[in-house]
Amino acid sequence: MPSEPSRRVEDKLFYNRYLVDSGRAHIKVRPHTTPSSRLLSMLKACPARCYELSDKGHVEVTVDGCIECGTCRVICEESGDIEWSYPRGGYGVLFKFG
Amino acid sequence: MIEERFDAIVVGAGMGGNAAALIMAERGLKVLQLERGEYSGSKNVQGAILYADMLEKLIPNFREDAPLERHLVEQRFWIVDERSHTGIHYRSDDFNEEKPNRYTIIRAQFDKWFSQKVREAGATVLCETTVTELLQDSDGRVVGVRTDRDGGKIHADVVVLAEGVNGVLGTGAGLRTRPKPDKVALAVKEMHFLSRETIDARFNLKGDEGLVIEAAGSISRGMTGMGFIYSNKECISLGIGCLVADFQRTGETPYGLLEGFKRHPSVAPLIEGSEVKEYSAHLIPEGGYKAIPQLCGEGWVVVGDAAQLNNAIHREGSNLAMTSGRIAAEAICLIKSRNDPMTAKNLSLYKKLLNDSFVIKDLKKYKDMPALMHTHSQNFFLTYPQLFSKAMQDYVRVDGTPKLEKEKLMLSSFIKARSWSGLFSDALRIARAWR
Repeated sequence: MPSEPSRRVEDKLFYNRYLVDSGRAHIKVRPHTTPSSRLLSMLKACPARCYELSDKGHVEVTVDGCIECGTCRVICEESGDIEWSYPRGGYGVLFKFG
Repeated sequence: MIEERFDAIVVGAGMGGNAAALIMAERGLKVLQLERGEYSGSKNVQGAILYADMLEKLIPNFREDAPLERHLVEQRFWIVDERSHTGIHYRSDDFNEEKPNRYTIIRAQFDKWFSQKVREAGATVLCETTVTELLQDSDGRVVGVRTDRDGGKIHADVVVLAEGVNGVLGTGAGLRTRPKPDKVALAVKEMHFLSRETIDARFNLKGDEGLVIEAAGSISRGMTGMGFIYSNKECISLGIGCLVADFQRTGETPYGLLEGFKRHPSVAPLIEGSEVKEYSAHLIPEGGYKAIPQLCGEGWVVVGDAAQLNNAIHREGSNLAMTSGRIAAEAICLIKSRNDPMTAKNLSLYKKLLNDSFVIKDLKKYKDMPALMHTHSQNFFLTYPQLFSKAMQDYVRVDGTPKLEKEKLMLSSFIKARSWSGLFSDALRIARAWR
């Protein structure tokens, strides 16, 4: 296993270009006291590591590095754990190669 | 914003959307294509391999100016354990032909070119526009779309949903359900840049020859998945994908899996010294025939990944997208030429034509494979590859053990791991699902 997986993902995301839509997160986590197992699975399953556990034990999402795959939507949208949409037109990840 | 009415709106500018928009525009329909990326291609992710036959049906002379990488002359299938690979390699000089059959491509670049063809055919292509909702009348008929641009309602006789694997609009309008975690794979990919000479030398290639490696086994850590390596002109596309449900179940990370694949002793020397320039992720439809949703309705059709049209066994998707986009467009043009309305009944012509094509025939052939692979992933993706690798090593290693004894040990290792009945039923299951 990689010794510092978090660091590695950040390094990977550094290669990418983004146009961040400040103040308009396209994914929102439903406020909760205890995160569901689905939300907790996103800490590992998100390929951009957008999901993190806060000091208070809540799962939080920061979409700036999102590569818009839809994995969290597939796992968490139906149950209402998250609200998911694509970024506004032109915003988000800008692939050079794809 | 756009006040006028269109014959057809195409949502999305991937392979399916571009194919549909191109054909309809060429045949004189008034077409609007909407794409959320800054240009067509900027949101699109694929391995990627282009299948010439399906593109020729759209743009016969595409080889003249399309941004192609390398034509494929070799296919390597690897079964891997932690330290080895057992390969079946097929290479043929027949693939060095005047009109090669398969090419590697870089999607962002290819799609930009494809989009130019769509514009030249007369379609209006509007980028940086996210469609937020399908407009439906009181009877549920789709009559247009709403976008995130000011006053963004646009009307059309028919909407072609080429919105990609997530299919957000169709789901939102209740036309189909959202993909389930066991019906889609998450693939992550990196673009590794190396000099052309280095790639040629490491993969035994010359000129524009290219190669594909597909690997399954311990790299997916018991999950249903596989790794791939595609040679482009001056870079290598390297990635790995596994079912979303497996990631959810095991707690493995996609990037951890990717790093593991890159460190595999058979892979590491191929990318040594490379400069990585992009990291991407994408969902791939894996549910096969049984996961295909309703393909058309009142005022709409769905094509490509949004319709979950992907042949996971042969790793074909973009050709199914192109073909379904083309066939949907041809059906729409035919209905239009008769001055008939875009009703579900009339649009079912698309479904009929698609059923007669390789798209549905191939998916039907493998209809039982996805479930088999998913429910027995530990056996097919870990146990067997490990047994097989061990057997291969025993076979080639010369150590004074009599061959007969080696064979007995080999056989007993398989029986110990899977039992006679297990081996028999695994073989039977595969044979049945493959047939």
